Amino acid sequence: MSEHKTMTLTLNVWRQKGPNDPGKFETYTAKGITEHHSFLEMIDVVNEDLIKSGKEPIVFDHDCREGICGMCSQVINGVPHGGQERTTVCQLHMRKFKDGDTIFIEPWRATAFPIIKDLVVDRSAYDTIIQAGGYTSCHTGGVPDGNTLPIPKQDADYAMDAAECIGCGACAAACPNSSAMLFTSAKVAQLAALPQGQVEAAARVKNMVETMQACGFGNCSNHYECQAACPKGIDVKFIARLNREYLKAQFK
Amino acid sequence: MEFFKNAVGRKILMSITGQLLIIFVIVHFIGNSSIFLGADGINAYAKHLHDLPPLVWIFRLVMLTGVAIHIIYGIQVTLENNKANTKSYAVQKHLKATFASKTMIWTGLLIALFVLYHLAHFTLHITNPEISAGVAANFDALQRPDVFKMVVLSFQKGLIAVIYAAAMVMLFLHLSHGIQSFLQTMGWNNDKTRPCFGAVGKVVSGLLLVGYVSIPLVIITGLLKL
Ligand code: HEM
Ligand code: SF4
Ligand code: FES
Repeated sequence: MSEHKTMTLTLNVWRQKGPNDPGKFETYTAKGITEHHSFLEMIDVVNEDLIKSGKEPIVFDHDCREGICGMCSQVINGVPHGGQERTTVCQLHMRKFKDGDTIFIEPWRATAFPIIKDLVVDRSAYDTIIQAGGYTSCHTGGVPDGNTLPIPKQDADYAMDAAECIGCGACAAACPNSSAMLFTSAKVAQLAALPQGQVEAAARVKNMVETMQACGFGNCSNHYECQAACPKGIDVKFIARLNREYLKAQFK
Repeated sequence: MEFFKNAVGRKILMSITGQLLIIFVIVHFIGNSSIFLGADGINAYAKHLHDLPPLVWIFRLVMLTGVAIHIIYGIQVTLENNKANTKSYAVQKHLKATFASKTMIWTGLLIALFVLYHLAHFTLHITNPEISAGVAANFDALQRPDVFKMVVLSFQKGLIAVIYAAAMVMLFLHLSHGIQSFLQTMGWNNDKTRPCFGAVGKVVSGLLLVGYVSIPLVIITGLLKL
């Protein structure tokens, strides 16, 4: 095995005991980090040190650690997920940093994503938006045979691109208005592109946008910060599609 | 109605009224450029406008309504956006948002202030009456109000020229984001058109800036005089 040079980093991490605690930054030193550590593994290393010295470890969200669940949610040096294109925090590796770097780690910040503890925020507002219409409820009877409902390849691809969203919340965290339009539009566009989605299309777009507002997310000013931060590269063309679907819904 | 409270509905209204305002600033520039033809050009154009009374009033009413909708929703939407955003990142790096996109409310409000000044200056003759009050009574050889003289005397004053030029910079900033933004809001956009619309937006706003600023510029440099 090759020898690994290790890095020492300074971390400024947001620590907040609970929803009502004002919170503050704490500075930690991450020692013995190799370029093969993922960002979350780097925090694991720091947390082990904290536990050994009797301190409370940094609380952060994570689950799959392979970039598909959408749980990991940290703003690293001012960019949700750390700014590597199409990469979640769990898939970000320490080879992107160099020895001696200072790193700021903060939770998603949006009125609609209240902080629960440290880097963990409550993202259930995204579930609320999906519950407002991000599904199809056609009665299909038994399981239909494959290929009974022909869908053109282009439409299937388009819907799959939109369906790549993992609901992580980076779009609202990156948006200067904390708008959830990229997330909402991805679901609206995905279902609008498929025949199963047509039945409820008009009600879906209206209800999902109204719910987005009611949850406390802002309006879209077309800054496109969301697409740049999105770990799945969800395109803002879906927001244009949502706007079209919304206009169309007025005449239904 | 839900549409008038909706996040997308209100942006569509801002987009449509924005488009109306863009058409206005383009037509207004074409009209103003008649000043390059000298006194005959712009005085004839001004007389033309004044000879269309009922039309002018319908037009003014439509513009006033459009501007009101644009401003009211602009303020409302911005206040909501500020409330939704905690603005509490210690470090925040914007990857795509621009100075222009982040200052829409300020460039917009400055444009509104400028429009009030502009009306007080050239239409109501409240500011600099020593130049304009005379003009209403001052007819050119063909018995038309001498708008040419009023404009030239005004822009020979450095302060007035600077106010107009600064306002046009605000309009440039507002439109360099606004043009591609209204296309996206209407849904007339996708991944292939987006870069093109972004460029077109900047070019059109740049042309308007150069066009509008050229008028005080040629006057203050003495290229165009009485
Ligand atoms: C000649 C005058 C003006 C023109 C041509 C103009 C044009 C536009 C256009 C095309 C947009 C983009 C709309 C969209 O995103 O769909 C826009 C947005 C905006 N305008 Fe104006 N506008 C003018 C004056 C004003 C004024 C006086 C205000 C004062 C409040 C204002 C405030 C705004 C704001 C806040 C936005 C951004 C809204 C958002 O996306 O969040 N504008 N404008
Ligand atoms: S659109 Fe992208 S940034 Fe937003 S929730 Fe989905 S995956 Fe995350
Ligand atoms: S932990 Fe599942 S996407 Fe990062």
